[in-house]
Amino acid sequence: MALKTEEMVLNMGPQHPSTHGVLRLELQLDGEIILNVTPHIGYLHRCFEKHAEAMSYPQVIPYTDRMDYLASMYNEFGYVVAMERLMKIEIPERVDYIRVIMGELQRIASHLVALGTYGADIGAFTPFLFCFRDRERILHLFEITCGARLLYNYIWIGGLSHDIHPDFIRLTKEFIKDFRPNVKELNELLSYNRIFIERTANVGVLPLDTAINYGVSGPNLRASGMKWDLRKDDPYSVYHKFDFDIPVGKGEKGKTGDCWDRYYVRVLEMEESLKIIEQAIEQIPEGDVTSAIPKRVKPPEGQIYTRVENPRGELGYFIISDGSLNPARVKVRAPSFVTMQVFPELCKGFMVADVVAILGSIDIVLGEIDR
Amino acid sequence: MGLLDQEFTEGNIVIAKTEDLFNWARLSSLWQVGFGLACCAIEMMATSASHYDFDRFGVIPRPSPRQSDVIIISGTVTLKMAIRVKRLYEQMPDPKYVISMGSCSNCGGPYWEHGYHVLKGVDRVIPVDVYVPGCPPRPEALLEGLLKLQEKIRNESIVKKSA
Amino acid sequence: MKTAEEIYNLLKEKFGESVIELKTDKPVDPFIIVDPITLDKICLFLRNENDLQFDSLMNLSGVDDANGTKEKDDIGLETIKGGTLSIFYHIESTKLKHKLTLKTSTSREKPEVVTVTDVWKGADWHEREAYDMYGIIFLNHPDLRRILMPYDWEFGYPLRKDYKNPEFYQGMKVPY
Repeated sequence: MALKTEEMVLNMGPQHPSTHGVLRLELQLDGEIILNVTPHIGYLHRCFEKHAEAMSYPQVIPYTDRMDYLASMYNEFGYVVAMERLMKIEIPERVDYIRVIMGELQRIASHLVALGTYGADIGAFTPFLFCFRDRERILHLFEITCGARLLYNYIWIGGLSHDIHPDFIRLTKEFIKDFRPNVKELNELLSYNRIFIERTANVGVLPLDTAINYGVSGPNLRASGMKWDLRKDDPYSVYHKFDFDIPVGKGEKGKTGDCWDRYYVRVLEMEESLKIIEQAIEQIPEGDVTSAIPKRVKPPEGQIYTRVENPRGELGYFIISDGSLNPARVKVRAPSFVTMQVFPELCKGFMVADVVAILGSIDIVLGEIDR
Repeated sequence: MGLLDQEFTEGNIVIAKTEDLFNWARLSSLWQVGFGLACCAIEMMATSASHYDFDRFGVIPRPSPRQSDVIIISGTVTLKMAIRVKRLYEQMPDPKYVISMGSCSNCGGPYWEHGYHVLKGVDRVIPVDVYVPGCPPRPEALLEGLLKLQEKIRNESIVKKSA
Repeated sequence: MKTAEEIYNLLKEKFGESVIELKTDKPVDPFIIVDPITLDKICLFLRNENDLQFDSLMNLSGVDDANGTKEKDDIGLETIKGGTLSIFYHIESTKLKHKLTLKTSTSREKPEVVTVTDVWKGADWHEREAYDMYGIIFLNHPDLRRILMPYDWEFGYPLRKDYKNPEFYQGMKVPY
């Protein structure tokens, strides 16, 4: 005699230890198996686009910091590259090299938070402490450059706000020397751990054509097997001068595109960022970083869409200018907004505990989704 | 502190006011609700990590509001979220304390002028004990906010109830 | 790799009236203006044609052109009457490595555009956001409701240029 079962709706509310911010997930369950997931967002909507229309162009930069607060340098980088292409400003080469070094250090810091909190979600607390220990050293490097640990306002239209500290190059070289063995340590702790592999392999597989149709980008797309990185496919700044590889998911522990692939692609990307920083430190030229900053930013009438490679994917800025001192429209295309759309498809058929594993592997930041 | 750094030579009897005893017990193990909203939450996580340890003050993150004493509102409170913050505050058992961390929850922060969806200060929905300024505040500033809260608890009295 | 002019000529011979013009005068990107009601057939053609293969939608954003007449209504608040709301589409091809920008415009009083979720599934939430912020109705959309603002927000569409803040929302004072 079959038991009569009913569907149940469970709410993973805005306050939850594993939702990486204020996200509400409505789960429709049949026992433990998930039938459907509905994400509800908007709990952190801070009206960035309305502020951008009211402020002048340089005043928008601190607001762009606060959208994706784990990768603030990259948000500023994207906005400034869009503005410089619209106004056709030529910047000194030293500025480009310093921007790339800061961006890659920011990428390592952001991936460390992603990996540390992913371990904490799965149940392993120790990698969290190890990752944050390494992250403190990077934040110290940022602090001696511009004075802030998390939200910098450092990259300005046409240059930078300060030149780097005289000790910066020496401290960065020491950091790289100390960090390389730590990546190996993280691998032994977490990546090849038997329990971690059981929980993440073959869970939440993202097929490649679904990913492209939805517009997924960044490490999530690379883990599904496609070699697509905006630093090589649509280059900006001086990335074409460096020699680095693009790690792609190969389905080592399960199907290609599962949670373990998405996690491991991020670990390998940290190593590639170290290579870029080393090459940039060797090649950095002399120059004045504040010489090309315009006194008044008044771009010509027109519109532009530019994208950069955030640690989470493709961050796009669409700026419309009507010739005055304030922008007419600034639209930000956030990578986590697009990845959150594909999340219900990844969860169908898995169990409640797998929802936490899948949500940690796609690495979202709510400040970016809600802007 | 005066209670425990004296030798118990005869009898193991300590004489103290009950108020002092209760206050000391409450301030030494303030368990917080894990409630991070935005950028300030990352600095709160960095404070709980090993460089600026939060655990040495007795502060452990708990997942549920029904098992905690203090809620640290870290980040911007929007209108959509404010209703839920109020519900969380009402679910906490007495005695409960609120630390408002960062300019967004103190007074609206950088979004005060044109933010149509931002609540200008969390004290419009719940009563706040300590305000920690900064955008985001450094971990040392958050630790000082915690010490000020401990100062406030030390001077509480069970006879005269505070607001 | 095709340029914007070649794609414009291809579209003009196939769709005629629906493809309105190609604007290249202002910096930086050239864009093609299309008709809002036959948009989904154009996008399906752009995705499936062998020479074009636009398989990825990068961005979809609503814009308030603010080109109507400003007038004060009875209470003294400034509103804009007439004019248009526009939507910009940025699409690209990951296989052939070219990009394109499309634009449509609808009237401010009755903004209706057909949805492109059948062509690119990623357009779903982008269109919900355009509806939430500007009030643009997308015909045949599977689930059109507010996404960032609360579901019972009845004070208008925030990113329009003539939006005014309410005084109270559910007991909380909204202005500073």
